Amino acid sequence: MTQAATNAATEAVTPAIRVRGLTKRYGDVHAVAGIDLDVRQGEVFAILGPNGAGKSTTVEILEGYRTRDSGEVSVLGSDPGRPTRLWRSRIGIVLQTANDAAELSVRETLRHFAEYYPRSRNVDELIELVGLTESASKRVRQLSGGQRRRVDVALGVIGRPELLFLDEPTTGFDPEARRQFWELIEGLAHDGTTIVLTTHYLEEAEALADRVAVVARGRVVALGDPATLGGRATAKAKVTWSDGSVETDTPTQTVLELSARYGGEVPGLSVTRPTLEDVYLRLIDPA
Amino acid sequence: MTDTATAVPSTAASSVSLPSTLRLGLARGAVETKMFFREKDAVVFTFAFPIILLVLFGSIFSGSLEGTGLTVSQLYTAGLIGAGVMGSGFQNLGIGIAADRDDGTLKRLAGTPMPAAAYFVGKVVNVLVVAFLEVAILLTIGVLMYDLDLPSDPSRWVTFAWVFVLGVSAAALLGIAASSLPRSAKSAAAVISMPFVVLQFISGVFIPFTELPPWLINIASLFPLKWMCQGFRSVFLGDAGAALEIAKSYELGRVALVLGAWLVGGLVLCLTTFRWKGRKDG
Repeated sequence: MTQAATNAATEAVTPAIRVRGLTKRYGDVHAVAGIDLDVRQGEVFAILGPNGAGKSTTVEILEGYRTRDSGEVSVLGSDPGRPTRLWRSRIGIVLQTANDAAELSVRETLRHFAEYYPRSRNVDELIELVGLTESASKRVRQLSGGQRRRVDVALGVIGRPELLFLDEPTTGFDPEARRQFWELIEGLAHDGTTIVLTTHYLEEAEALADRVAVVARGRVVALGDPATLGGRATAKAKVTWSDGSVETDTPTQTVLELSARYGGEVPGLSVTRPTLEDVYLRLIDPA
Repeated sequence: MTDTATAVPSTAASSVSLPSTLRLGLARGAVETKMFFREKDAVVFTFAFPIILLVLFGSIFSGSLEGTGLTVSQLYTAGLIGAGVMGSGFQNLGIGIAADRDDGTLKRLAGTPMPAAAYFVGKVVNVLVVAFLEVAILLTIGVLMYDLDLPSDPSRWVTFAWVFVLGVSAAALLGIAASSLPRSAKSAAAVISMPFVVLQFISGVFIPFTELPPWLINIASLFPLKWMCQGFRSVFLGDAGAALEIAKSYELGRVALVLGAWLVGGLVLCLTTFRWKGRKDG
């Protein structure tokens, strides 16, 4: 997706999601302690954070599953605390784990759920879109974990949602299945669906998301483009070679000096910037 | 706000009409019934169990009941019809909904535009289909193997109809209410079946009331199964069997009263205790 075009187009319209001062307590635990967020229409927005950081609670409030203690929340222009059927028909939800309807075939399951929505996708086209054509007649129970997840995604998008929530969609996938899944999500995003994604996999956020929010201790601790998050692009580079390493703002200069010292090739040379993971781990560190 | 973001076919964009609750309820009923008959555990537990018991008990206890011209197996047929109807509602839904809560069915459905009422309509359709088939098979076995006479008097079929409808509805509502008790799907079969099996033994399904101590009869009288079985005995054993009842009569007025009370009580319990979320979902 072209970020500039999206920005220009969405600046003028209402954001898909707007959250101000959201809080939620469970007993003495402040699971969500004042979150502010805006998700623009048509963007892929990733929420990262360790377990217990409040991201699932936040997302479940946005999905209309949980009530909030305080704060303003608007999802597609409505309060998710009072979900209506019409509002539900405009959002899609892919839950973390589900083992339901296992005795129906893939096609039977999708045909049934298609009846819930006012303008559903064509079931056979959807089966092809998620790559389950060969398994369409299989019972859901007989599918592999990755195939099962595709059914979940198909159920999430069957009503042509304007906004799709994906909760840790690729947990337990092998690398190939994960790549295929990313392509599927990229296709949906390309068609204009707004996507909110929670994930543990940083490379997933980096590959899919236009913007990333890092949530820790019930708050947003960083927000931005995954490439520049937490000052990543301007951070010092680390130059490492066989006999040592330095962190520097001028890695090219360092490499030239090293090359001169070794008289050509520098043994074991590498130049790295902090990965998203480095930035992330620093952000969520409570110290 | 217009939904410019999605690739919507222009025909549907202007006025969106959601499918009716009744239509979705019937669609749920069709899917629930399909899933029920594909789930072997559920079929054996709630559907085949009374049938197996009838064949077994009917074959073992083949004697006749003194002075009535009725046989023990005919008595079992009437009793197991009551137990079968109760099981299709109470056991089937008690275990089935607990499983739905545990495996993510309820959570997924709650996230769709399907109205909650359609889920319950679907369950009721499922229960009606299972109970109706159950009764039909038990009656067929009773007629073919145990010389059960189907009543020719239309008024007895009227009695059958209201006992069936009241009984199945009360059992279904109690099943929905009881589904909130088990902590998980794994424990549901035990938590739900235990009281149901006990109830069958004290409600005159397996053991005639004449063999039970009064305090057990008093306990059984609080629950709907005893009254449902009594109503079905009035239909299938007729006047000859009335002498076997404790009150020497089928007390149909009281049957209607108790079943009606359970219907209302079950509805109140459902409305006040039903949980959409599992315990682990907080």
